[in-house]
Amino acid sequence: MSDAAPLKQPNWFSRLAHPGEFLRWSKPMLWPLGIATAMLFAIGLYMALFVSPGTSDNVGPTLRILYMHVPNAWLSQMVYAVMAVAALGTLIWRHPLADVANKAAAPLGAAFTALALYTGALWGRPTWGTFWEWDGRMTSTLVLLLIYLGIIALWRAFDDQLRAGRIVAVVTLVGAINIPIIKFSVDWWQTLHQGSSVLVSGGPRMAPEILATLLVMVVAFTLLFAMLQIVSIRTEIFRRRADAMSRQAAAGGRTA
Amino acid sequence: MIDFGPHAGFIIWTYLGVAILLAALIGYVAWDSRRVQDKLKALEARGVRRRSDRTATGG
Amino acid sequence: MNALLSIISRDVRLAFRAGGEAFTLVLFFVMIAAVTPFAIGPDKVLLARIAPGLVWIAALLSMLLGLDRMFRADSEDGSLQLFRHAAVPLELVVAAKLIAHWLVTALPLIVATPILAVLLGLDPATWWATVLSLAAGTPALVAFGGIGAAVTVGLPRGGVLAAVLLVPLAIPVIIFGVGSIAGQTAGSAVLLLCALSLVTCAFSPFAAALALRAGED
Repeated sequence: MSDAAPLKQPNWFSRLAHPGEFLRWSKPMLWPLGIATAMLFAIGLYMALFVSPGTSDNVGPTLRILYMHVPNAWLSQMVYAVMAVAALGTLIWRHPLADVANKAAAPLGAAFTALALYTGALWGRPTWGTFWEWDGRMTSTLVLLLIYLGIIALWRAFDDQLRAGRIVAVVTLVGAINIPIIKFSVDWWQTLHQGSSVLVSGGPRMAPEILATLLVMVVAFTLLFAMLQIVSIRTEIFRRRADAMSRQAAAGGRTA
Repeated sequence: MIDFGPHAGFIIWTYLGVAILLAALIGYVAWDSRRVQDKLKALEARGVRRRSDRTATGG
Repeated sequence: MNALLSIISRDVRLAFRAGGEAFTLVLFFVMIAAVTPFAIGPDKVLLARIAPGLVWIAALLSMLLGLDRMFRADSEDGSLQLFRHAAVPLELVVAAKLIAHWLVTALPLIVATPILAVLLGLDPATWWATVLSLAAGTPALVAFGGIGAAVTVGLPRGGVLAAVLLVPLAIPVIIFGVGSIAGQTAGSAVLLLCALSLVTCAFSPFAAALALRAGED
């Protein structure tokens, strides 16, 4: 096998892109990432339970719940942003890992969104008196969860995952464009029906211990997502390899 | 003891619920990864090779 | 322009020829209004109050039922492949099919609203507002529905999945649709509804065509 010109060295982008390359550079990241995540959670939990005051002016005695609610609410949005960027990668640049990233992130995003709703409900019960209130933010989060679940259902409906990739990308982007519209309409609807206004995070009057704790928890959760996302992408790459090999074995018998 | 305030139950249930679901999430991701690795090992043990492996060695 | 009109007329004729599915959808629409009093009681005041919301829910459900027929028949008999390689852009074909779908599913619903007005005790002013809001909002439902139908055209039970994908997107349409029927904010709601319909109808053919191409590759 001779080439007219020597092969180009892969640039940084294709090293990022190629599944084999990704597997290579992601593996040594996993343990440090996991340890960092665990440490940050430990610090954050300690701060949330012992360092932070039990109550604040804005929020009241349910403050500690916020340390669990805010990171999940943040992640519910951020993971969708990751999926939307991945969708652009699939449609515009045909990045080979983009649809894998979207597929891996979807159940993670759904889980964080569900947790945001759960922690929000537990925050709501002592605050409003009911577990659920049709206020703007909770309702928008519920709709976001439905969108995540729809995307997961869509992934599972396709036999051919490669064909599914571009279609799910279209749906993800349509969802991304509509999420601001949905938020706007839900806020409009909620003020129409004079729902209660929710004050979740206070303004600049938040004490530094509270802000610091929130920051640590948000970073801890984000690192957790990063770790789970990388593992899920690796698993999906391996799964596609295994499926290809199975099909090969079924088609042609054993290969040398 | 930590000052949980008047709504201690809700706070505890928050942390408990989040811990349980995150543990389930991590467990699922880990289990899924293990399952795929086992499948790959089984295929390789049977002698199935990836096409790219073949062309690299076979030329 | 000729291509647009001919595709529209083709779809409309096919729809009315193939067993009168438009009539069935209208029947479903009316049935929802007829069944609701059994669920919530024949209280006329209550029914009149929830009537705008009920009409919109009934319209949404009927549109969801009709989604599958947008592309599936063409996909199954190969017409979709022909459209993809036709001289006219696929986006134009999709736009024509969206218009045809609106004519076949939404327009009959709007025409059937007098029946609902009677069943639910709507006064004439409210009924007229309902008709206008349906006229302004159903294009958005069709536009979103077209994307959902295009995305699921290759899937065996795609109709349900298309409905599931459509519902979150339809929420603003419902909100502004019902909001434009009564209340002080009706004026702004109508404008928002029209804006939503215009924007979604503009970008839906492109998104749907993209999905159709991706699905058939």
